[in-house]
Parts: sequence; C-alpha cells; structure tokens
Amino acid sequence: MSAPDPRLIRARKAPKRPLRLSWADPRFRAVIWQVIIIGIVLAIGWYLVANTNRNLSARRIATGFGFLERVAGIPIGESLISYNPAEDTYGRALWIGVLNTFKVAGIGVILATLLGTVIGIGRLSSNWLLAKLTAFYVETIRDIPLLLQLLFWYTLLQGLPAPRQAWHIGDAVFLSNRGIKIPSLIWEPAHSWAFVMLLIGAVGTWVWNRRARAQQEATGLRPRLWPVALALMVIVPGVVWAAMGAPTGIERPVLRGFNFQGGGTVSPEYFALLMGLVLYTAGYIAEIVRSGIQAIAIGQWEAAGALGLRRSAILRHIVLPQALRVIIPPMTSQYLNLTKNSSLAVAIGYQDVVSIANTTLNQTGQAVEGIAVIMAVYLTISLAISLSMNWYNARIALVGR
Amino acid sequence: MVRFWPMCATAVVAGLLLGGLTSGQALADGSGSATLDAARARGQVVCGISGQVAGFSLPDSQGVMRGLDADTCRAITAAALGDANKLKFVPTTAQNRFTALQSGEVDLLSRSTTWTLSREGNLGLMFAWVNYYDGTGFLVKKASGVKSVKEMDGASICVQPGTSTELAITDYYRLNKMKFTPILIQELAEVQGAFLSGRCDAYSTDASALATFRFSQGAKADDLILLPDIISKEPLGVMVRKGDDKWFDIARWTFAAMIVAEEKGITQENVDTFLTSTDPDIRRLLGVEGEMGKALGLDPKFAYNVIKAVGNLGEMWDRNITPMGVPRGINNIWTKGGLQYAPPMR
Repeated sequence: MSAPDPRLIRARKAPKRPLRLSWADPRFRAVIWQVIIIGIVLAIGWYLVANTNRNLSARRIATGFGFLERVAGIPIGESLISYNPAEDTYGRALWIGVLNTFKVAGIGVILATLLGTVIGIGRLSSNWLLAKLTAFYVETIRDIPLLLQLLFWYTLLQGLPAPRQAWHIGDAVFLSNRGIKIPSLIWEPAHSWAFVMLLIGAVGTWVWNRRARAQQEATGLRPRLWPVALALMVIVPGVVWAAMGAPTGIERPVLRGFNFQGGGTVSPEYFALLMGLVLYTAGYIAEIVRSGIQAIAIGQWEAAGALGLRRSAILRHIVLPQALRVIIPPMTSQYLNLTKNSSLAVAIGYQDVVSIANTTLNQTGQAVEGIAVIMAVYLTISLAISLSMNWYNARIALVGR
Repeated sequence: MVRFWPMCATAVVAGLLLGGLTSGQALADGSGSATLDAARARGQVVCGISGQVAGFSLPDSQGVMRGLDADTCRAITAAALGDANKLKFVPTTAQNRFTALQSGEVDLLSRSTTWTLSREGNLGLMFAWVNYYDGTGFLVKKASGVKSVKEMDGASICVQPGTSTELAITDYYRLNKMKFTPILIQELAEVQGAFLSGRCDAYSTDASALATFRFSQGAKADDLILLPDIISKEPLGVMVRKGDDKWFDIARWTFAAMIVAEEKGITQENVDTFLTSTDPDIRRLLGVEGEMGKALGLDPKFAYNVIKAVGNLGEMWDRNITPMGVPRGINNIWTKGGLQYAPPMR
C-alpha cells in the first residue's frame, strides 16, 4: 500500500477544541513545556552573551566589528581579487579568504562528484581487476584521516625540484616545488565578448533543448541538437572573437630571480588541498553512487536489456536517473563535508577563510568576532548548499500522477 | 497561530527571570592579586610557553622544559610561590596564545611575544618586562647566494601567520617597493619543513629563533645563512592580564631582582654567602632588611628564592642562549653596555 497523499490528511483534520487552562489538556501541557524550554534556552544564551561582554569590558579587550574597516597590513599569498596590504581592510582580506574557500570547495565538489561517480560505477564492473582496484581505493582512502592525507600530498609536492631544475613541457608548463606554472592568455575585450556570447549561446542551447523535448513528446520526432549547439556556442563566439581582431597574446612563465614570473599559477598549497579533498570525498561518493545503483531493482536492467539497449545506455537513461533519488540526499552531506573540511587548509598554509580570520583575530585580538565571522561564513555556505540540493531533490523526486 | 504570541511573551519573561538569577554573580575581585590568590589556592602557577623553540622553551631528553622563556616562568613562580617547581607549563601556538592568557587558562605568557602598542591597547594584556631584545631576521640557504634582504625581490618567504613578523615583512617590502609571496603556515614544524624542502626562499621570524633553529640543524647548519639585516624591533616580553596590577608588579620586580643580582655579582651558587653582606642594596634585595617582599604581597625573601631557583639574568642567558652561539649584545645589563636596567629596589 502506498502512503496516503499528505493533502488528504489535512482535509481529514480533527475538529478544533477550545484550549482549556488545565493540566489535563495535552495541548496546554505542551505549551507550558515549550515555554519552559524556550525560556531556559534564552536564559542560557543571554547569560553567555552578558557574561562575555562583562568579562571583555572588565579586561578592557576591544569589541565590535569596527576592525573590519581598518587597514589589514597582513600578507596574503594567493587571491582571486587584487589585494594590497598597505591599503586594503580586514574586511577585504576576509572576503579574499571566503573566495579562496569557494575556489577550493566549488572545484572540489565538481571533481569529487565526477571521480566518485566513476569509481562507484567501477565497483560494480564485471571486470574483476577494475572492481577490486576501486574497492581497494574506497577502503584505503576512507580509512585514513583527511589531515594526514593533506600533509602527505603537501609533503610530496615539496619533494618536487626547485624552480631552476623544474620539470617542464617545452617552454610553457613548469612543475616545481613552487607549484604548476602555465602560460596564461593576455585577457582582452575580445575575450570578454566571446565569453559573453558563449554564455548567451549556452542559454540558447538550453532553450532549444527544451523545445526539442516538447516536440519529441508531442510528435515522437526529436530535432537535432548538435548543429544548434555548435552554432551558438562555438561559431558565434568564434566569429565575435575574430571580428575583434582575434588577439592571441599568451604570457609564458619565465624564470626570473627567485621564481617564475608571469603566467598562471597553481600553488602547491591549493593543489595539495584540492587533491586531498577530492580523493577523500570521492571515496565516500563512490559508495553512495554504488548503493544508489544497487538500489534499482535488477528487473529494470533486464527489462531495458530486453528492449535491446546497450549497457551504457541502460545506465545513463534508465538506472542513473532513478538512482539519483537515492543518491542526492547523502550526496548533500558529502558536499557539506567537503566544504567544511576545506578549513583544514590552515595545516598546509592555504589561505582560506579560517586561515585569514585566524590571523585577523590574532592581530586584532578580537577572538569572539573572528570566530563569529568564520561561523557565519560556513553557516551561509552550508545552508546555500543544503537549500539548492533540497530543491534539486524535490525536483527529481517521484511525482505521483 | 493564536497561542504563538502569548507563548513568545511568556518565554521572554521566563528567560528574563532565569537570567536575572544568574546575573547577580559579578566578577569576583580577591584581595590584592586575584591571579596570585588563585595560584596559591591551586598550588601552581600556570605559564604559557611555546614548547617548540630551542633556547626558549623545549623539553630536554628528560622531559624538563628548558630555555629562556621556561626559566622566566620559573623565576616568577619562585617569586610568587617560593618554589620554582610549583609550575605547570602550557604549550600555546602563535594563534591561541593571547586567548589563553585572556581567558585565564594561563597566569602569564612567556612565549617570545613582541611588545607592541596594539597588543597592549587592544588585547586587555600588558607587558611586564622584556626578556629578549630581538628583531626580525631572515634565514636563507647558502646555495641561493643571497647576501641581503634587498636582493630578495620576488622571493617566497615562509612565516607563521598571526605574528608581528608577518606585519614587519609586509612593512619592509612596502617601504622598499619590493614584492614577496608569503607562505603562511600555522604549525611551526610545517613552516620549517617547507623552508628546508625549498618551498620558500627564506624563513623569517625573530633572529633569535632563527639562530636557534639553525643551530638545531646540527651538521646541516652550515648550509643555512642568517642574513645580517634585522628589519624590525622585536622586544620579546612577559605578558599578564590587565586589571591585576599586583600580579604585574610581581612579574616586573622579579626581573628587576635578577638584574640587580647580576649587577652585584650574586649567582645561584653564591647567593647564600651574600646573606651576611653589609651592602644595604643587597640586604634589601635578599630580604635581610626592609619590607620589599611584603610591598609586593610576597615572602620577604622572594628575590632570594628567584636567584636560588634560576640565578641572575646573565646566568639565565648563559644557560640557554649562549650554547646556541648568539652573543648577548644589547641584552646585557646596562653596566655592561646593554639595555637591561633595573629601577632601584627600595
């Protein structure tokens, strides 16, 4: 028997009775208990705040968030936005930390999902070697503490040669203990416009895809997608770029003085953190994907096979879409874990929000505010992940027809 | 929905009532020094140290904490409780040291901490004395061929975050219109490892710590060079909480006593022979006459206890820093051309 529709339950709600001021009335009892418990919670919270404030003022420790406006003066190694310690404020320094957290958590989530899915599917492979190797990977990586893994990767990266003896591919890519140096494009307006056209093209392709699906459902014939995608996302941006002079300026990293100058950099700290987080979380995601696939009844595989679909097509079109319903909720936890685990960055010197907030609270002495900033940032990121994953989960959930 | 608002109101009232009961306890102010009273009650002074820096605080092979900072803790403990062994060391990091002192987890902080205006102004802490006049230095590998900080434009520099060193380097590079890449790692061993592995071109912290770190490398010490440039003033001192002036006095006059002892040639070995001295300064110092100890709320022989426990200031230096090959220089007492000068103990 299927669960009754919640809308029907509401319709059959019991008739309202007036609230009696008597201990015998369960509703009255419930209210009293809730009042008492909320009162205790508020009292404890109020006591903690008042006590902290009293002690802070008794010890003449500076309080308030005014320090966010003060010039920071602390050095920051890597940053997505410009930063000058002589002029910029603690507020901006912390924002750089938040962006650095995004940089590692965002890319980490994507890579961990891809790697985890591949490994999870690999565990179910009929290829004995592949199945055993992936099982070995999952068991090993999950059983070693993440901090140790991070230190391991960081130490390993420090074993790379010095800049002067860097391993290199031609004159373009250099790998040394200072990180990976790659040539970077000299960004010009033409690139910006081509990028804007690419985004517009992507939206256009998405719209076309929706129309194509509607048409397929109406007529059974599906219009081709790829010529439209090619035109909108490759040809149009390409033409725009060419029309604006087709600039191809490339900046190569050059060894000058102590280090490589110019070009793009992936620092060892970032790389070690990203690698550690991705490999670790992928182990868990693999198990989630495997269990999700195994939750789909074998009859689905057999039925699809009887229709003559290839194994890869069955996986893609029949099994994975159903498995997603089992996979998404635990996956949310893994995304949250990865984001929060990125705070282990302090151990290997990547400047995420915790690292910069720690430095800030140490330089300003305002520990309570510094910790509050860290908590607010993680709470915001985590709630955003939860909300969007819950939204996605609700979207793909089984809809009763 | 009807019962929601009454419920909230009741909750607030209940909260206020319960809160009112607890708010009655104000911060208890003991007689004289709250910190001293607490230390006497528990029979121990709790001292925050680093526990990782040779020459300042590092356990020896028997697990006994050795170093200038550790001996500073011993001296103040001997003054406060009469016995330098009634002491508990608490290792702190560069990041949590101030919180440890502010929150009362430690009674004093003796952890190579630079005396600056903002630390004294914002942290609710104050510096009792300077136990080492230091400056920010740079350690590089000999193979790099670097002779001066001025040549280090574009270098990667390993440094611990949350230190006055990181601010000093930033200022210096800004002043000289140069650039550097900071590699900031919290854990001391990791910072040093990153420097040794070549992740950074230089390792920067107080020159004293660089000297002892270099010394601790044994045979490999010759591969490392301490650059001659000292780019900042780093007076490293002993900190106590604000609001306990008596405790501050004890920390300050412990140092004064050790300096006077050095001036007068009183050492751990020969202190007993001075008990019969006719020099009024020495008689007051050792508590033979006058009421110097009482004025601080201590035993009249507090200075005697200090000298008996750790010796005079010079002995503390010779025991801990001289083996690291660092000359005393400006850390000498004033009569020998240094900065350590004690006000009269009278």
